[in-house]
Amino acid sequence: MLKIYNDGKRITAALSGDIDHHAAREFRTALDEIIARSRPELLILDMENVGFMDSSGIGLILGRLRSVRAAGGEILIKNASPGIAAVIKLSGLSTLIVEPKKQEARL
Amino acid sequence: MKKIPINECKVQFPALSRNEGLSRSAAAAFALQCDPTVEETAAIKTAVSEAVTNAIVHGYRDTNGIVELLMRLYSDNTIYIQIKDKGAGIADIKLAMEPMYTTAPADEERSGLGFTVMESFMDKVRVRSAEGKGTVVTMEKKLSGKKNDA
Repeated sequence: MLKIYNDGKRITAALSGDIDHHAAREFRTALDEIIARSRPELLILDMENVGFMDSSGIGLILGRLRSVRAAGGEILIKNASPGIAAVIKLSGLSTLIVEPKKQEARL
Repeated sequence: MKKIPINECKVQFPALSRNEGLSRSAAAAFALQCDPTVEETAAIKTAVSEAVTNAIVHGYRDTNGIVELLMRLYSDNTIYIQIKDKGAGIADIKLAMEPMYTTAPADEERSGLGFTVMESFMDKVRVRSAEGKGTVVTMEKKLSGKKNDA
C-alpha cells in the first residue's frame, strides 16, 4: 500500500492500490506516522501505482497538506494519471502536481 | 420518442465500504460493451464511487441497509446509472451539491467534492431525496465508442 524512500528531509511515499473512502484511513495512518516521525521539508506522493482515486483522496491529501505545511514543509504529487489529475484539479490542488503521467493506469 | 434500454444490469450490496471497489468495477465492466476510452472508464468509475460512498457514509450513517446500483445501456451509446439507498436522505439537496460542502465530521476528512466530481465526469446528474426515506442519484454519459444498435 505504501513504500517510503527517505532522502534526508525529502521523503517519497509511493502509494499503491485504489485510494477511496474504504482505503483512506489506512493511507492516512501510514502517512501521519511518517510526517510525525520525519517532519519532511518535502513529501512527495508518488501515484505511479495508484490505479484509482476519487474525492476521498482529496480529503486525504488536504489533511496531510495541513500538517506538513504547519511544520513548514510542502507536498508534491508525482505520476498522477489523467483521471487522478482531473479529480485533483477539481479541488484546486493542481499546483501540487509535478511530472504527471500521460497514460491512465490500468490496474 | 421514449428511449428503450438495450441492456440492463442491477447490483445490490450491503452498505459496507469494501463494496465501493466492487461497485465501480461492476460499472466499468458494464460499460465495456460500449468500447469506452480509458478516460471514459475512469470517469464512470469515479462518479459511481462518489455516489456509492455517499450512500454508505451519509445515507446509512446510523443504519445498515442495501445500496442498489442499476445500469442501463441505450442504443445511442448512452450509459445510464442509478444509485439508490433507503437511508437518511438529504435535507437540502442544493446545499449538499455545493462544492466543498459536507455534513461529515471534520475528523473524517470528507472533501465535500463528491457531487462536483459526478457533475464534472458525467453528462447529467440528478438527485432525488426525501429525509428518512432515502436518496436516488441518476447519471448519464454518452460514450464515444462504437454504436450499440441492437
